[in-house]
Amino acid sequence: MLIKKAEDIRESEVTPKELYVRRREFIAAAGVTAAAVATGGLGLIGTTDVDAQNPSAQKLTDLKKSPFSTDEKLNSYKDVTTYNNFYEFGLDKADPAKYAHTLKPRPWSVVVDGQCAKPGTYNIEDIIKWAPLEERIYRHRCVEAWSIVVPWAGYPLGEFIKRFEPTSKAKYVQFKTLVDQKQMPGQTEPALQWPYVEGLRMDEAMHPLALLGLGLYGEVLPNQNGAPIRLVIPWKYGFKSIKSIVRVSFVENEPVNTWKQQQASEYGFYANVNPQVDHPRWSQGSERRLGEFFRRKTLMFNGYGDQVASLYAGMDLRKYY
Amino acid sequence: MTATQWRRRVFKPAVWLACLTPLAYLIYSLYLDLGANPIETVTNTTGIWTLRLIVTTIAISPLRWLTGFNQLVNYRRLIGLFAFFYGSLHFTTYVVTTFIVDGQFDYSGLVKDLTERRYIIAGFTAFVLMIPLAITSTAGWIRRLGGKRWNVLHRLIYITALAAVLHYFWKVKLDTTFPVFYGIGVAVLLGFRLWRHFAKRRASEV
Repeated sequence: MLIKKAEDIRESEVTPKELYVRRREFIAAAGVTAAAVATGGLGLIGTTDVDAQNPSAQKLTDLKKSPFSTDEKLNSYKDVTTYNNFYEFGLDKADPAKYAHTLKPRPWSVVVDGQCAKPGTYNIEDIIKWAPLEERIYRHRCVEAWSIVVPWAGYPLGEFIKRFEPTSKAKYVQFKTLVDQKQMPGQTEPALQWPYVEGLRMDEAMHPLALLGLGLYGEVLPNQNGAPIRLVIPWKYGFKSIKSIVRVSFVENEPVNTWKQQQASEYGFYANVNPQVDHPRWSQGSERRLGEFFRRKTLMFNGYGDQVASLYAGMDLRKYY
Repeated sequence: MTATQWRRRVFKPAVWLACLTPLAYLIYSLYLDLGANPIETVTNTTGIWTLRLIVTTIAISPLRWLTGFNQLVNYRRLIGLFAFFYGSLHFTTYVVTTFIVDGQFDYSGLVKDLTERRYIIAGFTAFVLMIPLAITSTAGWIRRLGGKRWNVLHRLIYITALAAVLHYFWKVKLDTTFPVFYGIGVAVLLGFRLWRHFAKRRASEV
């Protein structure tokens, strides 16, 4: 690979000792490479069959099955809970699992305000009971081109929103994450502007696929995955699915979401999974499903196009990325 | 032992060992704790060690000038070749694990990456420029090219170093602390050469 020679010279004729010695170094190196690949390969097999849940977590029983669930192979509990972005706990994807123990998901309340008939402060213990909990096995696609399959627990976001009776002026719903440097040590760094803000158009929020996430793998949400209450919007890039929500506001104008505010040329408000619209710095045409060695094609709206494409009829998705 | 024997029997093997340690550690940690995305771990580890070894090779001359410890140059080729070795692993991992999609090789995706994405262009430039340096790293090639021309050719490593830092800087999503840190390192090492060049010229003019 490395040592290129002019075509008219045969190796046996002119190979100087230096090159010959060098070649052995590279053969040795190649052997090590092969070993690395082999070991890595073995490792990959190991990642998907570890299934140790948290023994102390509160179990969620009697979860309704959902027709929206995919039958694809789940990512392991370990994959789902040790590899994610949650900058409130650090920038590395291993940080949330390491540092989120400082978060206190109980007691917890959510403030609801803006254009609605029933603003107020609602307790998480009540929120959980507002609708029957379902298991929804969804594909989850990060804007960074990796993906996982997660068995979430929760109920439709629409059921949550209806409670507050949004008025006709409520065109969008905005969500905010907790700000508390003691509970979220990553917030001592100005990595992003805190609080983390996300938003949805009302029709997106009311769509039956949009889930209010309260658990995963049959347990309440682990801290690092956005306990105790988060969004799960499976046809959008992961950053839309805001975690550890403390405020819900019904608003007239499109909220400025955190990543758009951070870098509007790279991250938009809609952030629908779209293999045809690349991130400026990388392709969105393919993705790595955690646990797989090679990539797979990314599907339009993350494979939920039949259900959600009509929400965006007539919109230029290159402009509204 | 003579100085040559020390070099051959002790120092060179030590440099070999040191350069192979990151790879050994990578294999060990993959085996021990895979993490959720081992391919990312392999890509990042091989990438950062490529950069570290590149920086090491361009640190050798300034260190010699400052310390007068000229023996250091005896290890530069080995370190440089290891930089190329890690770079090759990094590049191969990227190509194989990114462009084999659903069992097919995505040529157009690779071409698009290599021509349109600035961080890939920078990284690929850094890698490609190391190829002639690795090929001409032998005594035979130094003889064939002549020391002067060989030296000029091997200044390509400065471009490689700058391109590698840019590659790193443009890749990160948010936290540029480490890319900036390496950038300052490369700037100091190259700046020192410039300063020395002009200081020498001034001295000869006086």
